[in-house]
Amino acid sequence: MASYSTNEFKGGLKIMIDGDPCAIIENEFVKPGKGQAFVRAKIRNLKTGRVVERTYKSGESVEAADVMDVDLQYLYTDGEFWHFMDAKTYEQLAASAEAVGDAVKWLKEQDTCEVTLWNGTPLAVAPPNFVMLAVTDTDPGVRGDTSGGGGKPATLETGAVVRVPLFIDIGETLKIDTRTGEYVGRSKD
Amino acid sequence: MQPHPDWRPTASFERLRLRADLLARIRSFFADRCVLEVDTPALSHAAGTDPALESFSTVYNGPGPAGPNLYLHTSPEFPMKRLLAAGSGSIYQLCKVFRDGEFGTRHNPEFTLLEWYRTGLDYLDLMDEVEQLLTTVLADIAPPDSVRHWTYRDLFLEYAGIDPFTISSGELRDLLLTRYDISCEALSSDELDSWLDLVMTHVIEPRMGTGLIFVRDYPASQAALARLRPGTPTVAARFEVYLDGIELANGFHELADAVEQRARFEKECARRRNDGLADVCIDERLLSALQSGLPDCAGVALGVDRLVMIASGAESLHEVIAFPLDVS
Repeated sequence: MASYSTNEFKGGLKIMIDGDPCAIIENEFVKPGKGQAFVRAKIRNLKTGRVVERTYKSGESVEAADVMDVDLQYLYTDGEFWHFMDAKTYEQLAASAEAVGDAVKWLKEQDTCEVTLWNGTPLAVAPPNFVMLAVTDTDPGVRGDTSGGGGKPATLETGAVVRVPLFIDIGETLKIDTRTGEYVGRSKD
Repeated sequence: MQPHPDWRPTASFERLRLRADLLARIRSFFADRCVLEVDTPALSHAAGTDPALESFSTVYNGPGPAGPNLYLHTSPEFPMKRLLAAGSGSIYQLCKVFRDGEFGTRHNPEFTLLEWYRTGLDYLDLMDEVEQLLTTVLADIAPPDSVRHWTYRDLFLEYAGIDPFTISSGELRDLLLTRYDISCEALSSDELDSWLDLVMTHVIEPRMGTGLIFVRDYPASQAALARLRPGTPTVAARFEVYLDGIELANGFHELADAVEQRARFEKECARRRNDGLADVCIDERLLSALQSGLPDCAGVALGVDRLVMIASGAESLHEVIAFPLDVS
């Protein structure tokens, strides 16, 4: 079984804790001059997202987690699973609702997402930083108002609701920053 | 290889000037008190046996007394004690020391140590001199906002609510987990001192606050090179100095008994073998010096890089060492 020494610890390293795959957020070497050396690590559980703290004796071995991030194209959902494809190998992978999580409201067919795989199975899905989505519902646009002041809610084709300027109309395609959930601009096409 | 490796110092010149200034002030402090500056070898034939300190080793190929191994000192303690036994009187040294396996925001595998020995003083007197040194050299830079004294036991009672002389490692394990959400699976129940270290680094240090703090009278099992002070319980005549919650110095009323010293070395060697650490040979020259007679003295070692770090408000040794390990 692959393992890491605490000497190899760094942000992003994937390790197993209590049977769950985790990623190290940050780690610190701690040692009293005349005493035991420790490595204190802040760790994110990749299944639950919870952040825990663990202390290791400096130099001890920790089981590695077979976790990697791959770029996959989102294909469709059958309601139970979200299906992705590797654009090079055409291999298809199904992600559970738990793995897709909050990314679900930004998933649009053909978009490329970063999917975290654990032992080859999708564990988490990160949408692209920016997505282009059509407005399916919003109050009628107020012509001439390009001030951007105020704003109104708009429902997008994926079901996400974002705050948009008053001049936006149904059918327009908008650029959204998925990290903040904020409107960035109108499609230039 | 990178096309343009990072060659610039990680410390600002402002901090490097402060460092030079502090070194000059330290030398002036000891010159005023007629404490002799000495210079002992960084390379020696024997390594320290302390299981918590790992020496770098290298090989000398001759001419002269070649091989097998030479060790970079983890502190200049042993040769300085040989000078004391030879009649040097009070001495100090500013030197680079080397410790394998130590790197982080407060550790660099080579760092500058100020170590000094005062003949005729005990550890309580030496604590006063440490206070005088720090308040003198930091006077117009960053004087400590307060000075507090604790025994090891009272410190643990105050900040962690436990008596380190009566608690068991099993009780410590449960308490750390339930009260502080701290766990360390690899620590076993026969490592009580390491459990206490965990309390010190994870619970007490972050809570002890600013100012200069002296902690004294450690458990006998943590005596290192300090003499024991019989009592209930018997404690080690050892102290640690913390500045703004950061460990800065460690001092002893020095053990002068060659027989007791040899027994401690052998115990540490046994523990090294048990822990799978590198075998090292005992420093027989030190033991001979103790045999011939070490004057009654107290000694202390102080991390100069950390002093510069705290005095300049830096968060990491990277900001006060020109070229730390990763860019050395």
